[in-house]
Amino acid sequence: MIDLHGFGHLLLAGTWVTVKLALVSLSLGLVFGLLGAAAKLSEYKVLRAIATTYTTLIRGIPELLIVFAIYFGGSALVMGFASMFGYDEYIEVNPFMAGVAALSIAFGAYATEVFRMAILSIPQGQWESAQALGMTRGKTFFRIILPQVWRVALPGLGNLFQVLLKDTALVSVVGLQDIIRQATTAISSTKEPFTFYLAAACIYLILTAIATAGTLWMERACTPQLRYKG
Amino acid sequence: MPDTPIALELTDIHKSYGSLEVLKGVSLKAKDGDVISILGSSGSGKSTLLRCINLLEQPVKGRVIIGGEELKLKTGKSGELEAENRKQLEDMRSRIGFVFQNFNLWPHKTILGNIIEAPMNVLKQSRAQAVERAEGLLKKVGLYEKKDAYPGNLSGGQQQRVAIARALAMDPQVLLFDEPTSALDPELVNEVLSVMRELAEEGRTMLIVTHEMRFARDVSSQVVFLHQGQIEEIGTPEQVFDNPKSQRVRDFMSSHN
Repeated sequence: MIDLHGFGHLLLAGTWVTVKLALVSLSLGLVFGLLGAAAKLSEYKVLRAIATTYTTLIRGIPELLIVFAIYFGGSALVMGFASMFGYDEYIEVNPFMAGVAALSIAFGAYATEVFRMAILSIPQGQWESAQALGMTRGKTFFRIILPQVWRVALPGLGNLFQVLLKDTALVSVVGLQDIIRQATTAISSTKEPFTFYLAAACIYLILTAIATAGTLWMERACTPQLRYKG
Repeated sequence: MPDTPIALELTDIHKSYGSLEVLKGVSLKAKDGDVISILGSSGSGKSTLLRCINLLEQPVKGRVIIGGEELKLKTGKSGELEAENRKQLEDMRSRIGFVFQNFNLWPHKTILGNIIEAPMNVLKQSRAQAVERAEGLLKKVGLYEKKDAYPGNLSGGQQQRVAIARALAMDPQVLLFDEPTSALDPELVNEVLSVMRELAEEGRTMLIVTHEMRFARDVSSQVVFLHQGQIEEIGTPEQVFDNPKSQRVRDFMSSHN
């Protein structure tokens, strides 16, 4: 087994930070993705234009730069605002918050496309049969369409979540105490980069494996008709 | 019977897709208990007419009156009519049962779930109330033992019977059938027709777009023949099937027997 020279608990603490960052970003990112897809499919030109700008811009910029933009841009913005009230000290944006913002915005841009395709894949007849019974458009969407969209989108979203999980490493550059940051700390005192980067790699592998299993489980849970034995 | 109430009245329905006029002014009246079959070759506008009744298609002109209540319409941006009041449209739709060619059951819900959804969400029935009624309807269409199955587990004929039960669960004033057996394998057609026959005998008001000539002849109180978006002939089954005035209807009948 790898000798972690007593730094195991640091890696564990880093893992917890990474998992929290990934899950919070996922939840927010899903909301952005759904809103983005709804906007892209909207009958209003303005909403479509906003959504297209969002996905084009965000998907065209490296995630690392989005992290920088939010971390440094964010603190500049906050400081500018604070100086209006006569407060001129340096203010730092919380790296976790900056990480959540950057990763969820990025995830949302990709998820917008996944959701858009999934919504389009649901046959028109599914809307029609609900509306012919007098259901409102909102009820039809949330009770009839969305559960089916979810099932179609799951594999794509699972894929994006794996990317998100690994992109959390980028937030270590602005000081977040995640797996990578903690490994780097351990390496600076032990001088054993291979040991700790290998340990970090193993942790990411375990996390993504759990995410894959979770996705498969949810796909199954969303396909009850395959389990019916009548 | 002149004083039987009018269940459904369509006046001068026009529908176009771009420059293609599919309905050129169709008027139709169904009294309570009427079973009206709508025949015609494909492209004659039969399905479009049916879909204009509950605004699944938006006509460009015309009036729709259900049970004495007129659906308030206004001209939208595209030049097509739309409901003036969304709430009234939803309310009227809840009183018009619609059975689709492709069933359009919801695959993620059980058979029971498909049937109780609208009674609970639209009519605000309690779950127990909706389930009791749904189970009764499933017995009626002979599928009670499938109540916990999913649409994907059923044959086409069974799915269509569930779709009929789903429409009946709303206790509609009028039932519209849009080619209900056209997507079925031939051996599954009869199970659906016999459910429909039973509904006709119960005195339900029904409009049926169909290619099943023998069935139409047996159950209809009136037969409408559409041609190029207009009513070519209308009358009792005996008149339209045995003594059509129009040469076109005569040709159609001889090629469909």
